[in-house]
Amino acid sequence: MQATVRVKRHNQELPATHGKFQEFSFDVPANTTVLDALIKIREEIDGTLAVRCSCRASICGSCGMRVNGQARLACKTKITDVSKDGAPVTVEPMGNMPVIKDLVTDMTLFWDKVRQVEPYLQPSGPEPKGEYIASDESMTHLVGVMNCIMCGACVSDCTALEVDKNFIAPAALAKAYRFVADPRDGAAKQRLAKLNEYGGVWDCTRCYYCVEVCPKDVAPMDRIMKLRDLAMEAGYNNTPGSRHTRSFARSVKKGGLLNETMLAVESTGLFNIPGQLAQAPIGIKSFIKGKLPNPLGHKIPARKRIKRVFEKVEAERK
Amino acid sequence: MKYAWWPGCVARGATPELYTSTVAVLKRLNIEFEEMHDFSCTGAGVLQERNLKLADTLNVRNFAIAEKLGLPIMTVCSTCQGVMAQAHYRVMKDPAYLKEINGVIAEEGLEYKGTTVIKHLLWILTEEVGVDELKKHFTRNLSCISVAPFYGCYLLRPTNALGYDEKPEREAELDRVIEATGARFIDFAGKKKCCGFPILLINQQNSLKMVANHTGAAKDGGADAMVTPCPLCHLNLDGYQDKATKRNRPDHQKVSLPIIHFPQLVGLAMGIEPEDLGFQKHMVSTKDLLATVRSKATPVAR
Ligand code: SF4
Ligand code: SF4
Ligand code: FES
Repeated sequence: MQATVRVKRHNQELPATHGKFQEFSFDVPANTTVLDALIKIREEIDGTLAVRCSCRASICGSCGMRVNGQARLACKTKITDVSKDGAPVTVEPMGNMPVIKDLVTDMTLFWDKVRQVEPYLQPSGPEPKGEYIASDESMTHLVGVMNCIMCGACVSDCTALEVDKNFIAPAALAKAYRFVADPRDGAAKQRLAKLNEYGGVWDCTRCYYCVEVCPKDVAPMDRIMKLRDLAMEAGYNNTPGSRHTRSFARSVKKGGLLNETMLAVESTGLFNIPGQLAQAPIGIKSFIKGKLPNPLGHKIPARKRIKRVFEKVEAERK
Repeated sequence: MKYAWWPGCVARGATPELYTSTVAVLKRLNIEFEEMHDFSCTGAGVLQERNLKLADTLNVRNFAIAEKLGLPIMTVCSTCQGVMAQAHYRVMKDPAYLKEINGVIAEEGLEYKGTTVIKHLLWILTEEVGVDELKKHFTRNLSCISVAPFYGCYLLRPTNALGYDEKPEREAELDRVIEATGARFIDFAGKKKCCGFPILLINQQNSLKMVANHTGAAKDGGADAMVTPCPLCHLNLDGYQDKATKRNRPDHQKVSLPIIHFPQLVGLAMGIEPEDLGFQKHMVSTKDLLATVRSKATPVAR
C-alpha cells in the first residue's frame, strides 16, 4: 500500500524546511501505524527527523502528536484509520506546548500542572499497622482514570488552555479527581478548595476535546464535572460557576425550561454591581432588537411533572 | 416526513430569528413538524454536572413522548442535539439504567423503549432530504459572498455518541451545505473549537478571547459571514463580538462579521426574503451582507 505523510518540520538548523510541511511517499504494509511510517522516514529517507517514542504499544505515552489536526498516539493510529484511499496524512507536533524539534514537544507545562495538584495520596489520621485498606467497590470506579499514561494529548487540544495558560487543564484535573475520590485520601476538602479557584474546574469550557482525543478513555471532562459537583456538595458555592449551575437547575426545576435572564443575573452574583452593569449594555441592545428573553422565564405546561422528576431523582441521591 | 420539533429554549428566547427561519425553510421543503410543548430543557450539559441521572431522566422523558407519537425528534441547536444524543447513548448501552429511569417516568404513564431517532436540522437536510434534492430548492446563487462554518462542540464530540462511526461524513456536512449554496467556502482551524459560551458567565475574559480568535480568523481568511447550527455559539459570537474583538484584536477594531443561523443561510439560497428570516434581529449588522446578496446574487441556473 502507498502511504503519503506530510510532516511539519521544526528545526532552525535546516532553514529550507523549517516551519513547513514536507511530504514523503512510500510503500508500506496495510497495518502500518503512523509511528512505523515516521520511523521508516527517519531510518531510510531523512535521518534528521525528530520523533519521540519508546514502547510502540500505547503504554509509555511518549508518541503524542497531532495527526490530521487531532492529538493522537502515533503508535496507536493505523495509517488506514486516518487516510481514505491513500489521502495524505498530516502529522504535526502537539499543541499548547512549545516545540523542541520537529514532532517533539517540551512537556514542562504538562508536568508542572500535574505536580500542581499534588498527585500522591495524603492520608489523614493515625497510620494503620499494615497497608491502607480500601474496598473493591470504592476503588474500581477509579480504574478508568488511573489508566492515564500522561501522553499530553488532552492538554494539546484543550480549548480552554489555548486562551489561558493558567488553566490546570484536563490531565492534571483528571489526576486530581483520582485522589479526591480515593477513599484513603484525607485531603479531599483542601484539594477541592484549591480546584475551585481561578484556573480550576470551572474554567473548563466543556468542549469534549479531551474526551475525544484521549487514547485511554480517561474522559477527563467527565471527571471535571464530578469535581464541580463534589465542590458544590462540599459547600464551595461562592463562585460564578457554582452560582451558574445552581441557578440553571433551579429554573428548570421551576418551569421545565431555562430562564436565561435570571441565569445571567444570578451567575454574576446578585450583589456584584460592577458585574451586573458590565452585562447591561448587551442586555439593552438585545432589548432594542426585541430579543431579551422574558425575565419571568418560559414555563411548560408539564412543569409540575418536571418538578416531580427533580424531587424523585434528587431524593434518591440523598 | 414528519418530526417532533424541539426548538429548545434559545430559539424561543434570545434568538427568535432561528425559530422564524427554521419554520420558513421547513415550509419550503414541505417537511411537517409538530412543536413539542411538553418537552423539558435537555440540561445543556449544565444540569448534567449537577446530577447526571436527573438530566438523563429528563431527556428520556422527552424521548418517550416522541416515541409515543411515533415521530423522530428534530433539533435546531448543536447543544440540544449533542446532549440528547449523549443521554441516548448512555441509556441504550445500559439496560438496567434505562429501567431505573423508566421507573421514575412511569408515574406519568411513560416508558421509553429505545426507538426514537434524534436529528439536527443540518443532518435532516443532508441525510434525509439530501444535498442534491436540497439544491433543487435553491433559487439564489450565493457566489457573491464568502462564508465560514462554525459547528459547535456538541455536534462534533464525543463522536461515539453522535453516530460518527456509522456516518463519518457528519464531520463536514456544514461545509457541504455552504458549498451547495454557491457561496465561497472559507475554511479555518477554529471551526471545530469552542465558541466560549459555556464559560461566558463564569470566565468572561477567556470566553471573549475565543470569540475574538474565531471571528477574527474567519474575517482574516476572507469571510463575509459565519454560519452556525448552534444558537448558543450564535449568542456569543454575535452578541459579544464587538466587545471581544475590540478588547482582544491587536488593532482593537471590531471585525463586524455577521453570524448567521444555519436555516438563515439555507433560506437565503431558497430566495426567501431576509426580513422573513429575521436578519434584522442580529446584534452585528447584516446590512452590508444583505446589500451584496441583493445586488449581486444571481438566479440559480437550471
Ligand atoms: S472539555 Fe474542558 S478540559 Fe477538556 S479539552 Fe475542553 S476545555 Fe479542556
Ligand atoms: S488523560 Fe488521556 S490524553 Fe490526557 S494525558 Fe492521560 S492518557 Fe493522555
Ligand atoms: S510509543 Fe509508547 S505510547 Fe506510543
